[in-house]
Amino acid sequence: MKHHLVLRVITKTLIPPILLFALYVQFHGDFGPGGGFQAGVIFAAGFILYALVFGLETARQVVPAGTLRALVAAGLLLYALVGVASMLLGYNYLDYDALRADDTAGQHLGIIVIELGVGITVAAVMIAIFFSFAGRPPRIKDEDW
Amino acid sequence: MAAVAICIVRLRHLFAVVMLTGVFSLLSAALLVQLDAVDVAFTEAAVGAGISTVLMLGTLTLTVRRERVPDSMPIAPLAIVFITGGALVYGTFDMPGFGDPNAAPHQHIAPDYIKGSEVDIDVPNIVTSILASYRGFDTLGEVGVVFTAGVGVLLLLSSGGIAGRRHGRDPDEDGKDQSQVGEGEAEEEQSGPGQTGKDKG
Repeated sequence: MKHHLVLRVITKTLIPPILLFALYVQFHGDFGPGGGFQAGVIFAAGFILYALVFGLETARQVVPAGTLRALVAAGLLLYALVGVASMLLGYNYLDYDALRADDTAGQHLGIIVIELGVGITVAAVMIAIFFSFAGRPPRIKDEDW
Repeated sequence: MAAVAICIVRLRHLFAVVMLTGVFSLLSAALLVQLDAVDVAFTEAAVGAGISTVLMLGTLTLTVRRERVPDSMPIAPLAIVFITGGALVYGTFDMPGFGDPNAAPHQHIAPDYIKGSEVDIDVPNIVTSILASYRGFDTLGEVGVVFTAGVGVLLLLSSGGIAGRRHGRDPDEDGKDQSQVGEGEAEEEQSGPGQTGKDKG
């Protein structure tokens, strides 16, 4: 899409707000609507928009396949490890009261951390699925649309 | 929404169908906002209207542009759809009315959650406190589902494959594996978006 100047300029101005909004949804999920799932999808949407306009190869340089695979696992591990941490501290699995002396502070910390894990996994999975779908050579020509 | 759904069924041009599914998702997001389920509406707009539309378009480049016209009128599937749909509608007659304060879940567990999120967790968004804290184990399972879906798609579709995946197999088996990958891909494209939609709900 090298010749679409308008699209490129608009995309460039849109991507930072999209990513910023994703982070807002991620970390403001306790107070307003939103959370890890939504934030991860919005974050992935920013990357997918970039890949659509600037080409798949450029986007792959931004997020290499290895990093993506690591991130897919990292989010889930982060979530599960919060549970292990609370177990090691003598509480039930995923009981966030263990994380801080104050119960509600522990709950806040636990929710933020596990939402981060959810967000990382969801964003990475969405980007990975898009890359693997878009990375296959198309069987039809552009004119057929 | 009904008009869009009928258009989706009637149209044979798959590009238009994909676009209309996006429109349908956006409309259902608006409906969910009307029902005060902002979190779900958020997800529906981002996943249903955004990502799945793009994924369907990506799939469309791998297949044909037009749906084939079936040779005969498929009576049996139509009957099954009507019977199942009728049974589901019949099932809703027993459900309590929308927002009914006397409904069973509102008597039993919802008050605990509503009070609890203020006292125990101190998080204003009750949806977040239920998802992340009271039902933390469920959400862990959901993330596991997303993870599994991602790994499955990567295994089936990624161009390079996972390194060392094919080691120690004879060529015959390898060939069989290839053809299975082709079939599995069609399945995945069907189940992928549906599955993601399901665990958001």
